[in-house]
Amino acid sequence: MLFGLPLLSLIIWLPIFAGVGVLATGGDRNAQLARWIALIGSIAGLLVAIPLYTQFDSLSNGMQFVEYSLWIERFNIHYHLGVDGIAMPLILLNCFTTPLVVMAGWQVISKRVSQYMAAFLIMSGIVNGVFSSLDAILFYVFWEASLIPMFLIIGVWGGPNRVYASIKFFLYTLLGSLLMLVAFIYLYQISGGSFSILDYHRLPLSLTPQILIFIAFTLAFAVKVPMWPVHTWLPDAHVEAPTGGSVVLAAILLKMGGYGFLRFSLPIVPDASQYLAGMMITLSLIAIVYIGLVALIQADMKKLIAYSSVAHMGFVTLGFFLFNAYGLEGAMVQMISHGFISAAMFLCIGVMYDRLHSRQIADYGGLAKRMPVFAAFFMLFAMANTGLPGTSGFVGEFIVIMAAMKVNFWYAFFAATTLITGAAYTLWMYKRVIFGAVIHPAVEEMKDIGGREILILAILAVAVLGMGLYPLPLMEVMHTTVDDLLVHVGRSKL
Amino acid sequence: MTEMQKLYLLAPLAPLAGALIAGLFGRLIGPTWSHRITIALMLVCVAASVTIFMDVLKGNIYDGAVYTWATAGDTRFEIGFLIDQLSATMMIVVSFVSLMVHIYTIGYMHEDPGYQRFFSYISLFTFSMLMLVMSNNFLQLFFGWEAVGLVSYLLIGFWYTRPTAIYANLKAFMVNRVGDFGFLLGIALVLMYFGTLDYAAVFAQAPQAATQTIEIIPGTSWELLSAICILLFVGAMGKSAQFPLHVWLPDSMEGPTPISALIHAATMVTAGIFMVARMSPLFELTETALSVMLVIGGITTLFMALVAIVQTDIKRVVAYSTLSQLGYMTMALGASAYSAGIFHLMTHAFFKAVLFLGAGSVIIAMHHEQDMRKMGGLKKYMPITYWTMFIAALASAGVPGLSGFFSKDAIIEALHFATIPGAGFAYFCGVTTVFVTAFYTFRLLFMTFHGKPRMDHHTEEHLHESPWVVTLPLIVLAIPSIGAGWLIGPILFGNYFGSTIQIMPQHEAMARMSLEYHGILAMMTHSLTTIPFWFSVGGIVTAWYFYLVRTDLPGKIKRAAGPFSILLERKYFIDEFYSWFFAGGARGLGKGLWKFGDVKVIDGFFINGTARVVAGTAVLMRRFQSGYIYHYAFTMIVGVFVLMSLWLSGS
Repeated sequence: MLFGLPLLSLIIWLPIFAGVGVLATGGDRNAQLARWIALIGSIAGLLVAIPLYTQFDSLSNGMQFVEYSLWIERFNIHYHLGVDGIAMPLILLNCFTTPLVVMAGWQVISKRVSQYMAAFLIMSGIVNGVFSSLDAILFYVFWEASLIPMFLIIGVWGGPNRVYASIKFFLYTLLGSLLMLVAFIYLYQISGGSFSILDYHRLPLSLTPQILIFIAFTLAFAVKVPMWPVHTWLPDAHVEAPTGGSVVLAAILLKMGGYGFLRFSLPIVPDASQYLAGMMITLSLIAIVYIGLVALIQADMKKLIAYSSVAHMGFVTLGFFLFNAYGLEGAMVQMISHGFISAAMFLCIGVMYDRLHSRQIADYGGLAKRMPVFAAFFMLFAMANTGLPGTSGFVGEFIVIMAAMKVNFWYAFFAATTLITGAAYTLWMYKRVIFGAVIHPAVEEMKDIGGREILILAILAVAVLGMGLYPLPLMEVMHTTVDDLLVHVGRSKL
Repeated sequence: MTEMQKLYLLAPLAPLAGALIAGLFGRLIGPTWSHRITIALMLVCVAASVTIFMDVLKGNIYDGAVYTWATAGDTRFEIGFLIDQLSATMMIVVSFVSLMVHIYTIGYMHEDPGYQRFFSYISLFTFSMLMLVMSNNFLQLFFGWEAVGLVSYLLIGFWYTRPTAIYANLKAFMVNRVGDFGFLLGIALVLMYFGTLDYAAVFAQAPQAATQTIEIIPGTSWELLSAICILLFVGAMGKSAQFPLHVWLPDSMEGPTPISALIHAATMVTAGIFMVARMSPLFELTETALSVMLVIGGITTLFMALVAIVQTDIKRVVAYSTLSQLGYMTMALGASAYSAGIFHLMTHAFFKAVLFLGAGSVIIAMHHEQDMRKMGGLKKYMPITYWTMFIAALASAGVPGLSGFFSKDAIIEALHFATIPGAGFAYFCGVTTVFVTAFYTFRLLFMTFHGKPRMDHHTEEHLHESPWVVTLPLIVLAIPSIGAGWLIGPILFGNYFGSTIQIMPQHEAMARMSLEYHGILAMMTHSLTTIPFWFSVGGIVTAWYFYLVRTDLPGKIKRAAGPFSILLERKYFIDEFYSWFFAGGARGLGKGLWKFGDVKVIDGFFINGTARVVAGTAVLMRRFQSGYIYHYAFTMIVGVFVLMSLWLSGS
């Protein structure tokens, strides 16, 4: 409770109402007002989320900050909210990202400003709803609702091919999640009319329905993560999305897929998860190795980072299906870290795009001379992207590789190839963009980053370094939940 | 926290503070204050290191955590220090050479626009290297390991507008990452079997692990410790540039010369040697890994020395010499003569730093000309540079009395006494290379400083000795290049390293050597009757004859040798092979997977295919809904007919 208000509801609805408020400012005549309301709203959204960390009891293994009231009586659907050590860090990541996105779009977006800002604020609230829903239908509503703002962001403020990309994004993810709804309805039937996710965790199920439910869930979540081979929507979506859209997409929306595996697949169908773990691990390793090579030859920077995201998210799904504490905690850390690093990488590309209106590597070269401050920030984030120790990028990958070695030498072997491929695609791009002599006259005109851009990148730099040098505070809040989850997954439901 | 513990923190944090100040506020405080602050903080670091060293000599060893980095499952990952004879020795070498290079940089970089950035980087390097050597666990070791790699990357590419520099730094990072790939897998195996990454805990359990096997390929059984040690050594091969991961070091010469001396000769490249010595309780239990080190070290020692003979770039000669000397150190480790390896690491740090910094002094005087064919006769213009380099060359060639002699002779003796497979080959490489080393070192000296000047008139007119900030480090470093070797008695045979380095009784090379050791004078007189001494003299004399007396001979021999000399000049075509096979292969594979896998199969067949099937079905369904009444009527008649016949035939 905060000032007598239920905390999680506040975290969900405050950004949404702020978003509606931004919309109310109307046309672009009031653009400056819209920007300020959006900034204040997003910062308020972050501030109200802070008690979530400070008041969190990391030793308790149940749901915390629970809210429970009836929503639709006829179908026994509840407005049921609560967080544990898995959901809480993701909500904080989301609330942390929103002000950055608002700041990033400050000057660049000059048309339909209020709608742009509102879309991000509303999405922020919706995503908080995804991470805190404990009722399947409530979750599903938030889950599908999150598609709409992103669909609009890509479709309205996107690049030339935005219609194709936004429809591909929409259909891909919608088709995946429809099967999830079918699974929910099935679970509703056999649980005797409950949509409570926590009831599903305790529901006994035999193997065949477990496998079918697992497949339905996997399609929904794997598309979101995205796992190989259902990843091809992501590069297109990123390329067409405006910078802010890419940031939220990579930093937050992909995490919904990872979260889904932890909240639904592993605890609801533990036997099927164990049974099909080999397949999930194989797909994850393919993502790491195959996508690492594909990223290497991309000529478009955003595509390159999009593919790099797929490879890094491979570590997340790999960690989940190793079924040990290292794997789960490493995967969680990787999700948070990827939120920081991918956001920073897309913002860096945005900085360059704002100046030259090109994402092609070949159009740049020699930026270090013209933009030394920017080059230094970009170097830090590029190194974080290669998993350099001391940055957050190292922590998750390191722990997941350790987890993989516990299970099988070759899992660790293939996962560790990211040390080589990750460095190759990131630093080769960096070299061609930042180093070298200035070849294109347009680059000669580029101005170094200013105060607003420095502020955004510096905040992310502190996050990336802080988490790399001292990840303990983050890892401590997850231990109990992860242990609990492992015990649960280890207990057969057959 | 005790006073000493504060010093342990101060030693690495002082250069870190320097790096941050020069890096973040360099523009604000200007070049002069940048170097004043970083050098003052380096002095603090040296003072702390010396105090710690003195304390360790009194027998005070420390092993403790600073903070808990992370916890995962039931494992605590900690950042902590292990201060013992080995780390204290390394701290002295690192901080001392680093301080000298800081001072030297004032002279070498004084006109460079990236002056402050350079000081920031070398201070950051010193911090990283100290964290590496002071670590008490594998995790922090890996931190330092990658951090020095990062700084090396930044410094090789310091002049980032040069295409060769940014090619070289990417190459260095990538090759090191290949090594780190093995290193990380080794660390993962350690964590998996020992349940901890703390050195002390791992070493305590090592004897029990000696009999364990693992199944890497199903159906085969591998000794656990051999697998761990070989994987760890792959990391050392990357960092210490051992064949076949040596290719990055010669190219790293694209960086400014001060860092070639500091990072690519004296300190960072020796991290691999240090690491193996640190892990002696593990390596001692696996003769397979020791044999691997003997063979890899032997190949690197001999074959890289041969390449040095044909190089004409003054820095590249020294670079290949470094590769070869690192090979000696690796062979020492393989022969279980860890202390000899570390001893050579130390003497090499001094004389190789002089050779590099001297080469840098020459390069300044020559207006950034590095081709020795355009030098000659520099002795009279640059006496201090000449005499300090002369001392270093004697040390490098292994002439009795100088530091390099003692450490190299100890390694060759150890190889002589070693009995495990590969020792014979290593001994052969070690002895042969003495001749080659003496030859290329003095070839460098004669081509640069003696004979007729071959530079253009303009350059010759401006030739002069470098300023004191350049020559002072040369002189200061030349002193241990002479005298460091005299410490061989206590360091190798006086139980200097105590229990830090552990040697199994059956690996008796060091034990037998200590029986035969009767002081440095006896060692010098005894050497006069051995092959290495005459090889060394022979190498110097041959270089003198070829490059000062019969200067036509090298060209004739080169023509006569034909393909062999091309092989050496092209460095055995390894670079060409790597860039074709690995770099080209990865790009080709990536393109293939993308164009075929993503674009054609996934998007083309499945995604757009699904869309086509849906669209196609829709077209088909539309045909049935044409809107013409006769179509519907006809369909109805057919339907009724089918149903009727089914009903009739059924009854």
